[in-house]
Amino acid sequence: MKSSVITFPGSNCDRDMDVALKKFGFKNKMVWHDDVELPKSDLVVLPGGFSYGDYLRCGSMASKSKIMKSVINFANSGGMVMGICNGFQILVETGLVPGVLLRNKYLEFICKNIFVKINDKKNTYFKNIDSEILEFHIAHNEGNYFCTNDQLKEIEDNEQVAINYCDKEGKTEEKFNPNGSIKNIAGIFNKEKNVLGMMPHPERMIDPSLSGEDGSLFFNNLINNLK
Amino acid sequence: MIVNEQVAIDHGLKKDEYAKICELLKRTPNITELGIFSAMWNEHCSYKSSRLHLKKLPTKGKQVIQGPGENAGVVDIGDNDAIVFKIESHNHPSFIEPYQGAATGVGGIMRDVFTMGARPIANLNSIHFGSPQHKKTKNLLRGVVHGIGGYGNCMGVPTIAGQTSFDSSYNGNILVNAMTLGLVKKDKIFYSKAAGLGKPVIYVGSKTGRDGIHGASMASASFDEKIEEKKPTVQVGDPFTEKLLLEACLELMAGDSIIAIQDMGAAGLTSSSIEMASKGNLGIEINLNKVPCREAKMTPYEIMLSESQERMLIVLENGKEDQAKKIFDKWNLDFAVIGKTTKSKKIELFFDNEQVADIPVNTLVENSPMYDRKWKKAKLPKKNKIKKEDLKNLKIIDVLKKVLSNPNVCSKEWIWQQYDHTVMGDTIQKPGGDSGVVRVHGTDKAIAASVDSSAVYCWAHPLTGGKQVVCESFRNLISVGAKPIAITNCLNFGSPENEENMGEFVECVQGIGEAAEYLKFPVVSGNVSFYNQTKEEGIKPTPSIGGVGLIKDYNKMITMDFKEVDNIVLVIGKTEGHIDQSLFARNILDEKNGPPPEINLFNEKNNGETLLKLIDADHIKSAHDVSIGGIITAVAKMCIKGNKGINLKKPKYLINEIEYFFAEDQGRYVIEVNKDSLKKVTDILNKNAVHYDELGTINKNQMFINEKTKVTIDELRTSNTKWLTSYMSK
Amino acid sequence: MKISVIITLKKDVLDPQGKVIHQTLDGMGFNDINEVRQGKYFEIDTKESDPKKAKEKVEEMCNKLLANLVIENYKIIDAQ
Repeated sequence: MKSSVITFPGSNCDRDMDVALKKFGFKNKMVWHDDVELPKSDLVVLPGGFSYGDYLRCGSMASKSKIMKSVINFANSGGMVMGICNGFQILVETGLVPGVLLRNKYLEFICKNIFVKINDKKNTYFKNIDSEILEFHIAHNEGNYFCTNDQLKEIEDNEQVAINYCDKEGKTEEKFNPNGSIKNIAGIFNKEKNVLGMMPHPERMIDPSLSGEDGSLFFNNLINNLK
Repeated sequence: MIVNEQVAIDHGLKKDEYAKICELLKRTPNITELGIFSAMWNEHCSYKSSRLHLKKLPTKGKQVIQGPGENAGVVDIGDNDAIVFKIESHNHPSFIEPYQGAATGVGGIMRDVFTMGARPIANLNSIHFGSPQHKKTKNLLRGVVHGIGGYGNCMGVPTIAGQTSFDSSYNGNILVNAMTLGLVKKDKIFYSKAAGLGKPVIYVGSKTGRDGIHGASMASASFDEKIEEKKPTVQVGDPFTEKLLLEACLELMAGDSIIAIQDMGAAGLTSSSIEMASKGNLGIEINLNKVPCREAKMTPYEIMLSESQERMLIVLENGKEDQAKKIFDKWNLDFAVIGKTTKSKKIELFFDNEQVADIPVNTLVENSPMYDRKWKKAKLPKKNKIKKEDLKNLKIIDVLKKVLSNPNVCSKEWIWQQYDHTVMGDTIQKPGGDSGVVRVHGTDKAIAASVDSSAVYCWAHPLTGGKQVVCESFRNLISVGAKPIAITNCLNFGSPENEENMGEFVECVQGIGEAAEYLKFPVVSGNVSFYNQTKEEGIKPTPSIGGVGLIKDYNKMITMDFKEVDNIVLVIGKTEGHIDQSLFARNILDEKNGPPPEINLFNEKNNGETLLKLIDADHIKSAHDVSIGGIITAVAKMCIKGNKGINLKKPKYLINEIEYFFAEDQGRYVIEVNKDSLKKVTDILNKNAVHYDELGTINKNQMFINEKTKVTIDELRTSNTKWLTSYMSK
Repeated sequence: MKISVIITLKKDVLDPQGKVIHQTLDGMGFNDINEVRQGKYFEIDTKESDPKKAKEKVEEMCNKLLANLVIENYKIIDAQ
């Protein structure tokens, strides 16, 4: 399986994602934001970080970079595109997934382990995954997902909510919501479910010595689904 | 502007210093030259009050590749890998503008590290604030934490450990000390020593603005609004540009075109160019019209003294300019050839086709002033006699809860959760333990680092305090299973012109030196921050020590959380019951006098090295050094972290339970061992003449003391975690 | 009464955000820009009905909290 990770000026989880993808069998290529063409890929990842310093609005300037035209075309033709953290913010700015990501409710950057509940398994990302709840890791300042009521209804009607913040038993109550996001939303799909944006970093959970191993579960499952 | 003695004084120079400048130049300097002298000869750049004493520190060792004098120290960790590290203060700017002050402090120290060719792999910090009740403390704390996070998080470098303390002596002078560790290949280390004649001098990074310019026009003009508008003295950090600068520099460093490289920190272009020329024993000629400027009509004086951030100076091989420029263009950074190296051994500056400065380099460096300041030796305070009645009425659990919720002991999770501590995917020990630990990417090795200071001990007796901080750093590394390699120090003191403050400095440095020498734990980098005082009120002497150690196989790393019910808990190192200057004495008994605990360097070394042997033999399940709050505080934290309880019993030899549990004797560790290996462990301890007491057995979730008193771990956790969060949310 | 305040970085203070926005706009084809500076805008609705007093209060707020005068300026743009 071939993957591409886009590096924007200010991306800082691009290497971590490269390490993770390779660990689970992807042939990964790093792609520079100023390139025009996307290499042939089964998966394109927009990594975490602070593209353009998070200036103006997180992800706003990266969404205007040259490579993003190709990424948008790729997504619109059904290609798998995953945005993690800042990558999610970029996806939102391109309009590939609906909504916006606001500043965390408690106005502070949060770096910690959290649990998410998988809301939908009828998609290539989570199909067959052997768990309902995953322990992931978040590290962000703007992860407070927001959308209008109409948008929310549409997202829910289309089952576009991918994962919700929860506790280790899977209870999706407000008190397990780290950033104030609407309905505890931690990640969403586009309508066709080939584009996934999520705040948590699975690439930081791929080794028992690190924060945990549920990232391994995620990537292993993903590559098998793509085969 | 005409230069005279008054202008020199306005620049912070002393009368005799100005006279010496005129004598060295054999003429009156012009304003640009005066600005350059004042920057190079100030305390920060010249170390004029401290140099004499810093010379005595041990700086060499088997693993030391580079000691003090470069941008950062470098130590060998085997397999052609080396660690570059340094700690630096940014105290004064952080008090004026906490967010930007702290942010640019973090930015500056990271630049020092990647200037040497190393990719930063971990950040640490030591921050000190005034009393929590002081009206400025909360906002300063919030601003500093946001600033550290804002910069470090954006750079994508994990912040893996730190220290936060509160003491009213910092009410008017907070301390912000930032430390960075970087990883470099031993054969790809870059230095600031220029070499070769006619080599191009290159400016890269951000443009130069009027940031941080002090001096003549500022000091001699009254503070009307226009001057304020024109001369911002606090720099604004731009972590995004620094991230680009990091990537661009590392990309250029992968080739072989760089002869020397130096970041522009304090005194910007002045100190960086002079440093390179001085080390290379040659001259540098700069055309200031070529320097990329952010503002129109900047004068040579302003260009030379600007402290704009995110800039570097490089001496390149001839003919490599185009290739280098391509890299900086790719990263959207300024790149300009601004001068060349010369054989003149002078700094020669040109502006609008006129020479605006012509100074022999040695007058700025070798001939800079050095003072043997007067200092007063501190007496060892007399021991207090603690009345046993005072102790009798105390309930141990109540005291423990008070200690655990004390601002200087309580959990700092509110702080470190705001720092990205997991980016780069190699953090295997997060903040909140004895040391932060990161793996050396792609290997079995890991690097442990911690930062410590004990201002209370240093204040009570500087010599002992200086030794103690080094020992504590040593212990924090050993507690995670790392072999200590070397330290960096950030020496925060009051005015060197005050004999008592100077005495504190001299004796702390002596203490640091003695301990570092004995423990073979050399000082490889550091910085001095004097004048941390408001009016006559100086801070408590606060040397911060950043320690670095190596774990050869990261699978052997130790954490402090208790692991398993029924395991046995021991304390190694002797408990004599030293209460003076303990957290218990100062906060519970309200007794602020007396000597700090004694340091026995033999025991420190022996206990630490023996524990490393036990760890290496896989006998240790968890470990934690005993520091402020004594044994019971250490044990309580291990319970809280591991979510386990303990049946504690006091050994028979000391009469008073409170003294045993809260004493702050040094050289001690609490360790957890499996029942089956207890015999082997005690044999090794006995064989190495290490004293130990058996403290008890781990249980599910309660702390019992001598089978009578008990408290749940949840209750202790609440005491430990609540204070800071509720303080910050009020 | 509503009072608006604009806070800007002082003239010579580096504005990293403005700089990057400028570069991005440039990259999108808006290439006749000299400079972009970013600021903050506040609307303060106060119970004070006397415009002069209200303005004075807001000035105090600016001096004490809204702006850091070391690096920022403020401008009270209207009192109505």
